[in-house]
Amino acid sequence: MAHALEISELRKSFGGLPAINGVSLAVAEGERRLLLGPNGAGKTTLFNLITGELRPDGGAIRVFGRDVARGRPDRCAHLGVGRTYQIITLFPRSTLAQNVVLALLGVSPRRWDPLTALSAHPSLWERARAVLDRVGLAAGADKPVMETAYGEQRRLEIAMALAQAPRLLLLDEPFAGLSREERRDMQAVLGAIPREVTMLMIEHDMDVALSFAERITVLHYGQVIVEGTRGEIVANPRVREIYLGE
Amino acid sequence: MKLGAPVFAVALLLVPLIPSPYYVNVASQILIAAVFASSLNLLVGYAGLTSLGHAAYLGVAAYAVAWLTTLGGLGHLAAALVALAVTTATAACFGVLALRGTGLAFLMITLALGQILWGVAYRWVSLTGGDNGITGLTRPRPFGFDLTSPGAFYYFTLAIAAPTVAAIALYVSSPLGAAVQGMRDQPRRMSALGHNVWMVRWLTFVFAGTGAGVAGILFVYYNQFIGPQTLNLTNSAEVLLMVISGGAGTVLGPIIGAATVVILKNVVSAYITRWVMLLGAVFVLIVVFMPDGLGPGLHRLWHTRSRSAS
Repeated sequence: MAHALEISELRKSFGGLPAINGVSLAVAEGERRLLLGPNGAGKTTLFNLITGELRPDGGAIRVFGRDVARGRPDRCAHLGVGRTYQIITLFPRSTLAQNVVLALLGVSPRRWDPLTALSAHPSLWERARAVLDRVGLAAGADKPVMETAYGEQRRLEIAMALAQAPRLLLLDEPFAGLSREERRDMQAVLGAIPREVTMLMIEHDMDVALSFAERITVLHYGQVIVEGTRGEIVANPRVREIYLGE
Repeated sequence: MKLGAPVFAVALLLVPLIPSPYYVNVASQILIAAVFASSLNLLVGYAGLTSLGHAAYLGVAAYAVAWLTTLGGLGHLAAALVALAVTTATAACFGVLALRGTGLAFLMITLALGQILWGVAYRWVSLTGGDNGITGLTRPRPFGFDLTSPGAFYYFTLAIAAPTVAAIALYVSSPLGAAVQGMRDQPRRMSALGHNVWMVRWLTFVFAGTGAGVAGILFVYYNQFIGPQTLNLTNSAEVLLMVISGGAGTVLGPIIGAATVVILKNVVSAYITRWVMLLGAVFVLIVVFMPDGLGPGLHRLWHTRSRSAS
């Protein structure tokens, strides 16, 4: 089976402190993989390395067979990698629809067009609305982001990633800070993402995360401690030691 | 509000009816400054890149036209086109250097590059005439129209300035313009979304340089003289003040700022010798009471007034 993501012997240090210390993992196409690990395990760093926001010190990263270890974030997006951020990174003064349009433009050749008004592209705005509808935000499409609730901003993060029709989706704690009802909404949104989209998710909420993922990789101090199915992970003594402090 | 634009357009066309040629010339200066400030606004307001070297591009275009039409022996149209090409090429090179940084680093590099050009204009006497500058230019005669009278030159300036400002307004409303504004607020996010941050900024930098080049050509036609003081840091700072005082990141802001500065400079200086002090005081007031500039500030004032009136 072809791999959506292949990482081998990846290393990254910050000022002599290894954040990622020889990580290897492979995610099959269409797989839902959960990345677990305590704070500082290197999960977000791993995402930043995959998308090219950080340069690895060593090792290889392949996305759909293409080497991206020396790549740029914009090229990575064009390979079909979408991501959401743990710390919400939106355009607060723009409307929800404008945020999604920026995401749509990012993977469209139209982004280089300096000669026509953005408002004169109705198809873009229609597509933006359709994506917002998928995450249940169509009603507030013309509201500025800063006037929306936190849970809606989390869903907008997902909408911007989905707008780009990614083949590999990196979700960095999509449930962080959400209420019980909002979690259910988010679960429904993620559950509706087509099967062929490969997803790699960082999440601490065990209940939603474990119901989401088929396989789980546990990171600790920049190293893969264990990888396996849900049952294997829960039964693993190292995981219990790290995660539950037993 | 819907009436605002046509009224403004008619007012612009009626300016040469003012009996005093002095005020018609002031109006031409405002138009030139408005183009200059609008081009800088692309960087300061929309790209979030504060430049202190924008006079470089106005100066390069002005020197190029002056040199080409006098010593170079070129016709006016050819000289203007070559000057624009030279200015654009200069901005393309300077952009590569300046965009190695953002924020303060960008500001310092643009400042340094501007000072280098000033030094060149001052010292390379065989090319630029040094301190004496280049004199003896004539204004062009487009389609045989004589542009020596203030009114005729005003219309010529308006015919060039209006489409240039319109092109800048179109640019910032376009997909590329939306991208450059996104990069001002969230460069990392824009990059992860597939936008080439460096390239978009560079293209905006080059376009801003070309826009300043248009202003430079008009500037040298107006003055029929160019000297190194045009490339002075003071000039770069002044145009930055126009953008910030008028309202960075808005289309009308730099135009309002340009009008404010040019009027203070020309009209007030006729009555008050310490006009620079007054200019300073006005800017302090603007920054204190309308920190986002005169354009947005007056707009807000107008709306609260009309709301409380109704």
